Amino acid sequence: MPSVKSLDDLKKLREEALEKRKMKTAEGKAHVIVGMGTCGIAAGARDTMKAILEFIEKENLSGVVVTQTGCIGQCEKEPIVQVVIGDQEKVTYGKVNPETARRIMKEHVEAGHIVQDHVIPV
Amino acid sequence: MRELALHLLDIAENSVAAQAKNITLTVKEDLVNDRLRMTVQDDGKGMDADMAARVVDPFVTSRTTRKVGLGIPLLKEAAEACNGFLKIESAPGKGTTLTVEFQHGNIDRMPLGDISGTVLTLEVAYPNIHWRFIYQVNQKTFEFDDQPVKEALEGISLTEPEVIAYLRNSLREGVSELFQDQEIIQPN
Repeated sequence: MPSVKSLDDLKKLREEALEKRKMKTAEGKAHVIVGMGTCGIAAGARDTMKAILEFIEKENLSGVVVTQTGCIGQCEKEPIVQVVIGDQEKVTYGKVNPETARRIMKEHVEAGHIVQDHVIPV
Repeated sequence: MRELALHLLDIAENSVAAQAKNITLTVKEDLVNDRLRMTVQDDGKGMDADMAARVVDPFVTSRTTRKVGLGIPLLKEAAEACNGFLKIESAPGKGTTLTVEFQHGNIDRMPLGDISGTVLTLEVAYPNIHWRFIYQVNQKTFEFDDQPVKEALEGISLTEPEVIAYLRNSLREGVSELFQDQEIIQPN
């Protein structure tokens, strides 16, 4: 992975990313959502988020969008992570510590297999 | 919560919920006067005086005032236990500024924790908000404004691996530079 040091590097990176995007629109984008309400933060959601971003960086995973959301009313199951791949249905995971987050990224986001033992009903 | 950085994240989430477009986070460590101050300034929808008084009190919070939770009262209590205070300046349509201050060297003061982690989290998760982060330690200041980065990227996600790396490094280097030649140890 080339290291980006300046704003000009970022502009170059943008061109490359646009090219890549053209090639992979058919695959369907992955969207990862981390619950970041007071309950989520207190339960360790920032570390979960950090693990997800580190995974993307380490595995050089392009095309994943990570965002966050507030409390979804299941505070006792925080940290909560939701994954949407393409037009598939949203999958909600509970009690996602950094280790579980890495598993979800590897097995679900990268390989397409839902991590069943952490799925929670919503 | 065990880190001030986590509280900062929590307070910033309130600004996001108040539909702010521009949010500035400031952390100021002043060793000379033994004070530590954090502010979150937004241009969100703001609150009237009644509401602003209510958000700091955990006992009158009701479920209909949805963006009000335990975050602010807990932080206020933590600050007051350390010779500090928490105040909210707000007006409807004018945005909100929350200021919290601690005695820096108070034994009960929570550690600052992972400030760059908090900023990085907010950056990537709310790409449509213009974030500014100002960190001051004594006379030195580090300022991170995401506007030039976003202009250079123009529509490319901040969660592309190279961009995450760039943001992480910029924040880390900026913060660690603050602590060079200072008689204070970098948190975290």
